Amino acid sequence: MNSLLVESPGFQTTVQDLGREGYGTLGVSPSGAADPVALRIGNLLLENRPATPALEMTLTGGTFAFPEGAVVCLAGADFGAQVNGRPLTPWKPWAILPGQQLSLGPAKDFARCYLCIAGGISVGPFLGSASTHLLSGLGGWQGRALRQGDVLPIGQVTKRIRQRKLAPGILKKLCPGKTLRVTRGPQSTWFTEESVQTLANGEFSVSEESNRMGLRLEGPGLALREKKEMISEGVPLGAIQVTPSGQTIILFVEQQTAGGYPKIANVIGADLYSVGQLRPRDAIRFTEVSFQEARALWIEQQQLLGSRDRLFA
Amino acid sequence: MRFQAASDQALLVYLGEEIGAPAHDRVVQLLRLLQREPLPWVRSIQPAYCSLMITFDAVAVDHAEVQARLTEYEKRAEKLPVERARLVEVPVCYGGEFGPDLEDVAAKQKLSAVKMIQLHCSRTYHAYFLGFAPGFAYLGNLAKELVAPRLETPRKAVPAGSVGIAGHQTAIYPFATPGGWRLIGRTPLQIFQKDREPMNWIAIGDQVRFRPISREQFLWQGRA
Repeated sequence: MNSLLVESPGFQTTVQDLGREGYGTLGVSPSGAADPVALRIGNLLLENRPATPALEMTLTGGTFAFPEGAVVCLAGADFGAQVNGRPLTPWKPWAILPGQQLSLGPAKDFARCYLCIAGGISVGPFLGSASTHLLSGLGGWQGRALRQGDVLPIGQVTKRIRQRKLAPGILKKLCPGKTLRVTRGPQSTWFTEESVQTLANGEFSVSEESNRMGLRLEGPGLALREKKEMISEGVPLGAIQVTPSGQTIILFVEQQTAGGYPKIANVIGADLYSVGQLRPRDAIRFTEVSFQEARALWIEQQQLLGSRDRLFA
Repeated sequence: MRFQAASDQALLVYLGEEIGAPAHDRVVQLLRLLQREPLPWVRSIQPAYCSLMITFDAVAVDHAEVQARLTEYEKRAEKLPVERARLVEVPVCYGGEFGPDLEDVAAKQKLSAVKMIQLHCSRTYHAYFLGFAPGFAYLGNLAKELVAPRLETPRKAVPAGSVGIAGHQTAIYPFATPGGWRLIGRTPLQIFQKDREPMNWIAIGDQVRFRPISREQFLWQGRA
């Protein structure tokens, strides 16, 4: 079997696919790629299934070798990738020869870069997915971020890979944003009118203490009308919750599945991939849309990602 | 029955407004019917004390349609018999290095550590739901003498198997994770194990009892 050798892992590199949904009764959150849009397109460029497992790199990339060679495609943030010192263009299939070294540096624009490989990373599934769930040490490659010296198996390539190009304008259209569209949260009426305004008009900054479980925000405080005990309930991906101390948190892919903090708003499905590309200290804003608008945007995004004719030139 | 949009792709169904068996029985009844007769656009179901959160395929359906179908389901679900609970026993070595907060809580409540352990073991707890981390079951309700707030500063890492209390609940940490519950003991059991069927030691609706064991028994069982 072909393989990938980790010569240096980067800041936090994990195996991810599109996650495992439907295990809420076990308390297992979906996990999966923080930017599923990039993962899907990277895989499609390689003729892989959209959910094929790839490496998700965060903020700083690693150095990798492919002893038997491989065809790869980088998707997501620009990590200044090079093959033996020569720049490698992202969003394009690229053949790496045995003996060549693929090295990535710090993120130049966004937070996460996906190293997709023709045939995919081949790891045994946990609850139907290859995604790593770091908190519980489950899934992915031994349930953890990659380390120097790891050798990961690569799946068989069954299809001939054409030199596909993305259609003009696609990257611009799918460029992650720093203004996140939200719908009202289930406890939005618990918050003061001022807080609802602040969320709509204020600027927030992503804290250093952010990870795949959640993004902590710094910025104006959001307050409840009155102190009120909440009974814990299911929490959706992208929920914006506020703790009693006033800490605002966006729950993310490795989130806890239930919780008892009031939720003022929720990032819409079509903007969740943008959350996956936020970096510490990024300034972000929120803008409210209706549930109908959110649904229309989601359907539009899903149709685009499902249409090779529209994605590729 | 009350509905609330949770996100553009999730709907909360409230089946009561108070933690307790009446609301939770309805949660489990509706959950079981949804599991037995799955709706094709349901992506996941998250039960809790008084509610279920349904995440749905928003390309296929919208909130109104989900609400309509769930209303039908609930009408049928409430007629189902309440399932008989499974009794699960959890051995726990209390106090000392395994339960670093036991003495503290006891002192605050003006109870002896022995009395605290007795109180914790004297009840059968209801497993309301699994959340926080895989296999982490919210068990209730605690005797009122054991009700204590969460730690002000959560621990960065709680050892796997730690038994904690917070508010009216008690729970076992399946993994070494950060945690803010007060730790009173530890079980040698593997609470969540991916190569086991089922993976989770405790499931929603289970009746759970704790049994005190000695440090020697803990170490012996932990090796088995």
